[in-house]
Amino acid sequence: MKTLSAAIARGVLAMAGRKSPWGGGDQDSSGDNTGGTGGGDSPEPSGSGAEPPRGPRNPWLPPGESPPRRSASIEDLFRNKDGTRRGRGGGGGGGFGGGFPRMPQRPDGKSWLPLILGGLVLVWLFSSTVYMIGPKDQGIVTTFGSYSRTIGPGVTLTMPWPIQSVDVTDVTSIRRDTIPEGEEEKLMLTSDKNLVDLSYLVRWTIKDLKLFKFRLDDPEDTVKEVAEAAMRATVAEVQLNEVIGGTGRGKIEQNVRVRMQAILDAYKAGVLIQGVELKKTDPPEKVVQAFQNVNVAQQQAEKYQADARAWAGQVMAIAQGEAAAFDKVYGQYKLAPEVTRRRLYYETMERVLRNNDKVVVESNGVTPYLPLQELRRRPAPAETPAAGGQ
Amino acid sequence: MLREMWEANRAAMLALGALALALLSVVVVVPETEQAVVIRLGEPNRVINRFRPDTEFGKTGAGLTWRIPFLENMVRIDRRILSVDMSSQEVLSTDQLRLQVDAYARFRIIDPVKMVRTAGTTDRLKEQLQPILTSVLRQELGKRTFQSLLTADRGAAMLQIRQNLDRESRGYGAQIIDVRIKRADLPEGALESTFARMQAGREQEATTIRAEGQRNAQIIRAEAEAQAAKTYAEAFNKDAQFYDFYRAMKSYDATFADPENKSGSTIILSPDNDYLRQFKGR
Repeated sequence: MKTLSAAIARGVLAMAGRKSPWGGGDQDSSGDNTGGTGGGDSPEPSGSGAEPPRGPRNPWLPPGESPPRRSASIEDLFRNKDGTRRGRGGGGGGGFGGGFPRMPQRPDGKSWLPLILGGLVLVWLFSSTVYMIGPKDQGIVTTFGSYSRTIGPGVTLTMPWPIQSVDVTDVTSIRRDTIPEGEEEKLMLTSDKNLVDLSYLVRWTIKDLKLFKFRLDDPEDTVKEVAEAAMRATVAEVQLNEVIGGTGRGKIEQNVRVRMQAILDAYKAGVLIQGVELKKTDPPEKVVQAFQNVNVAQQQAEKYQADARAWAGQVMAIAQGEAAAFDKVYGQYKLAPEVTRRRLYYETMERVLRNNDKVVVESNGVTPYLPLQELRRRPAPAETPAAGGQ
Repeated sequence: MLREMWEANRAAMLALGALALALLSVVVVVPETEQAVVIRLGEPNRVINRFRPDTEFGKTGAGLTWRIPFLENMVRIDRRILSVDMSSQEVLSTDQLRLQVDAYARFRIIDPVKMVRTAGTTDRLKEQLQPILTSVLRQELGKRTFQSLLTADRGAAMLQIRQNLDRESRGYGAQIIDVRIKRADLPEGALESTFARMQAGREQEATTIRAEGQRNAQIIRAEAEAQAAKTYAEAFNKDAQFYDFYRAMKSYDATFADPENKSGSTIILSPDNDYLRQFKGR
């Protein structure tokens, strides 16, 4: 009866204590295990201390421990273990109730423990011996830390965990490093001591996984540093205009790739550089304006030339037109020179004199006085005397 | 059943446990990435998985090994290629130009015993190598001109630096594999003047381009004029006299016969004028 009431009290406590993270549920190291009735499907509260604990409880001590704030010592732990074992032994003898109080039992009364242990062993064996390697991956098998083999895609059996372990890495995916990572300006010196703002992309894959894993301290970072060194060395060999204009890009990319590969091969890094691409090759921000002025000047020069070409076309067209017209007239003129000549003369004079004032002066040794100013001032009446003078 | 097993084989199981414990303290795993120096009573006794350049992975000394508990102590040392970075340094070239240099060295520990004796840990080794790298680099780059630092001579300089640094680092049991300049930049002050120079260069380029455009335009015009002259000459040269007449007629037309310019000019004609020849009725 005492046990039962204790159990009830503990149950209440457990509920009350649910606010605290450990509540009343942790009775693993319960001091004197007595309360296990054996049939429970949940951790059965147990413990001899029926009096409710005062104050905050040590989470690692059972709630029913009589000195509530005493910390557990190593001895306690061992004693607990011993107690458990004794309890188990006693359970067989009918003294105390069950050694592993929270271990549910099979219907025939045998313990689940061997089955669970067996299951765990199976899971462990399976999970650490059968490896599914995906199509993109490769795995490195190490036996006690020593390299054994590299395994490709498919199912592979290895020895279980402490003996062999497998490190799976994606080897076919192309890795991409953009340098610099952000949008900030990255200035590099060119051979003519100018600066260029560069950003570029390095694409690489793992060529030899075991070298990649074992050779270098930090292979990813090494690739970046090598890229940086190679890029700067290459840019320092070309002129600014080659970098900014498209002409040198292919050459730079190729050079950087070859350089990087050479350095990484010297390290035996197991890395294959797939390609290097220049993303941005700009003049530094502070001189962008000047560079744009050059563009403007280029446009202007283009415009000058286009204008000149337009004018030239016009001039030449006019020349050709006039020459053609002359040729036509001349052709006719050749047929009847005198008549054509007179006709042209009269027609022209007609047009000329029709629109202008005309004065006909008899000039047989007489110098007439011409009121030129007046004629000019009053052009309309001037026609009359001219006509009259005829 | 556990209990029965326990009861039956208590001694055996205890022995087994003790054996396991003993094994755990004796047997050590050295992975491929590490070499280990076993120190017996403070004195380096042997090296496990020492780096040898031509051994394949899998055939190295990595794997299970042993040590005597309590008596022997193991120091693990990285077997991989490590890097030591030099922070940005200003280097003065022979022609008194300043250059901001970032460099790194890659090294590997080839003599772990020496390394344990001199530096102790990898980090400490890096700390010690860093100033050496800096001074060697300064020394070597200071012998060269700015231009050669930028380009052609860089490889040779790097080789020299590598050799010098290697000589020093052998004392720590490390081998320098490579030294590279990551960055070689102009310092802040020089940056401004470089920008100014670049700007001037661009302006000059712009002016040149404009002038070239103008020159080309002039040439185009002149060529067109020449072409036109040629066309005219070819046509008109068939009959110079007729051309003179024809052109005069056109010219009179253009000058005097503009219908917009009504009564703009006064023309005084003598009766002897050819146009008025028929006035006389002859």
